[in-house]
Amino acid sequence: MTATTAEKMTETPSNRLGDRIFSGLALAAGLSILVALTGVFAFLLIRGWQGLSQDASFYDAPRANDFLHYVWPLVFGTVYAAVIALVIAVPLSIGIALVISHYAPRRLATPIAYVIDLLAAVPSVVFGLWGILVFAPAMVPTYGWLDDHLGFIPLFAGNEGGGVNPVGRTILTAGIVLAIMVLPIITSITREIFAQTPRLHQEAALALGATRWEMIRYAVFPYARSGMVSAVMLGLGRALGETMAVAMVLSAGKSLVTFNLLGNESSTTIAANIASNYKEGTPGKVAVLIATGLVLFVLTFVVNFLARLIVARAERNTTR
Amino acid sequence: MIATSARRVLPAVAALALGVSLTACGSSDDKSATPSSSDTANLSSLTGELNGAGSSAQEKAQGAWAAGFQGLTDGNVTVNYNPVGSGDGRTQFAQGGVDFAGTDSYFKDDEGELSAANKRCGEDIIEVPAYVSPIAVFFNVPGVKELNLDADTIAQIFDGKIKNWNAPEIAKLNADAKLPDLAITPVHRSDDSGTTKNFTDYLGKASGSWSYDAADAFPVKGGLAAEGTSGVVAAVTNGKGTIGYADESQVGDLAVAAIKVGEDFNKPTAEGAAAVVDISKAVEGRPATDMAVDIDRKTTEAGAYPLVLVSYLVACQHYDDAAKADLVKGYLTYVLGDGQAAAADEAGSSPLTKATADKALAIVEKIAAK
Repeated sequence: MTATTAEKMTETPSNRLGDRIFSGLALAAGLSILVALTGVFAFLLIRGWQGLSQDASFYDAPRANDFLHYVWPLVFGTVYAAVIALVIAVPLSIGIALVISHYAPRRLATPIAYVIDLLAAVPSVVFGLWGILVFAPAMVPTYGWLDDHLGFIPLFAGNEGGGVNPVGRTILTAGIVLAIMVLPIITSITREIFAQTPRLHQEAALALGATRWEMIRYAVFPYARSGMVSAVMLGLGRALGETMAVAMVLSAGKSLVTFNLLGNESSTTIAANIASNYKEGTPGKVAVLIATGLVLFVLTFVVNFLARLIVARAERNTTR
Repeated sequence: MIATSARRVLPAVAALALGVSLTACGSSDDKSATPSSSDTANLSSLTGELNGAGSSAQEKAQGAWAAGFQGLTDGNVTVNYNPVGSGDGRTQFAQGGVDFAGTDSYFKDDEGELSAANKRCGEDIIEVPAYVSPIAVFFNVPGVKELNLDADTIAQIFDGKIKNWNAPEIAKLNADAKLPDLAITPVHRSDDSGTTKNFTDYLGKASGSWSYDAADAFPVKGGLAAEGTSGVVAAVTNGKGTIGYADESQVGDLAVAAIKVGEDFNKPTAEGAAAVVDISKAVEGRPATDMAVDIDRKTTEAGAYPLVLVSYLVACQHYDDAAKADLVKGYLTYVLGDGQAAAADEAGSSPLTKATADKALAIVEKIAAK
């Protein structure tokens, strides 16, 4: 009896029809992502190619007379807004995830997790509307206070002639709105990973006399590190590519590179710039916009690649 | 993708064709305009679908026109207008994707757009003004409800040269107003738009203080930028000491400035805006089917309001399909006739004057099957 079942078990799985169909489907799904990516890349390259070297009038002349000068402030703005969003969202989401997985009683944890997940379902246009109609005006007094008291730091310097953006549509506002949009993504992934930390590790740490925070530091975080980075990367991807909310909230300066968080004009992002200028664009201008899309595509790739590299190196160091 | 890039390669041939056609039809301007009401009788026989795309400024008006036209044709005709923006509308028209297009700036040949459109039609396109809307300069200054401004002052405000509401330049024009000591925050569109183009065109031509070219993108650094008309309106509403420009119908309860025309200060009015189209000169070198005008921003005509946006409808003279030709002709005839009042109700636009409408109707009258 046992012999026959063992025999059946050793049969190679791929011989079964169901398995073969499934592995074929899985392969097709994997390949289709590659095909889609290649397709998008090819589109950006072919349609954007002429946008890389156009007459100065297609860029932002006289401030930017060639593609590099046109795209650099946009790259800067994209990264800057995303960095602001992550600086706010990452500690907050990890904190929320920890509360849900380790601190809060289950009765409380489940509804909190549910509400955070709901945030992810709110469309970005709604965040944009809320941003310009409610949030940005409400932040003006806070910005004024920051400018008055921290104005000696260039970040909070405000406008040249004094004062801050009178309607609050600054890159800080955009960053905070982005942070709220990124929050549910990072929270739900890190929460799942924290919850998967082996019980034994945690109990061992507690048995050695660790406090709960020490247990989290020495048992949960090392175990979850790569998952946390993945979560942050997904959040970063959303922040880099977010379009409507930024386009609506930000008071975008033309070809402007500034770290100023509170001024009238801020550097805008690639995605928001495409959304704002595509509609009325002539063919030449549209080619330029598509070329900036290509830059965003490459930028996202590079950022992801670098992050993976850093994680891989850190992992090697800890295991050694 | 490859097809479109190939389509663009026809500059010499198209330019030649254009030159020939310009000389060919120089004098076919018969003045026998047909009033719209005479055509409404046979409209009910029309059926089918009409597709257009382009100017987002026309969106509301197109909605009113589509509804009105559907009513006249007993619901047998569906008009779809996609407000993708003027640039995209022009491209879609030239590529044959839509039957007609709406555009805030008339077709030009700087980037071969006019040639491409003419090639699509196989002859000169029809381009008629259909939507005229005054652009209001509006502001939010505590205690100030009425404000007189001239083009020079507006230019300097938006250029960041005049920084305070109690500046002598503004005070000089407004002896009665109590102008506060408050910083001016000019608000402009962050997205490219026909409104910005007309506004900067006005400043460039009517004032001596504006050194930038007319462009879809606002040229000056500084000031606030906001996305879309509603974004500008919201920014001016939420701010203090803010001033912006937008389609007059969208300004709502905010205070609107009167601008100097001749010796008077005029607030935007439907009549004043429409009158400017009549005064303006036709663009040189255009065939008789093209009513593109360069708006006379310097007009001193009493009551005129030269800060206007004129948006065009573009169609072919001949369509392969007879039913399609009838549809386009019927729709444009309605738009230029009864549709003007409908758009004024719904979108707050300024109805064309009779002279302009009649001239446009005479052109539309010639739409036929190939």
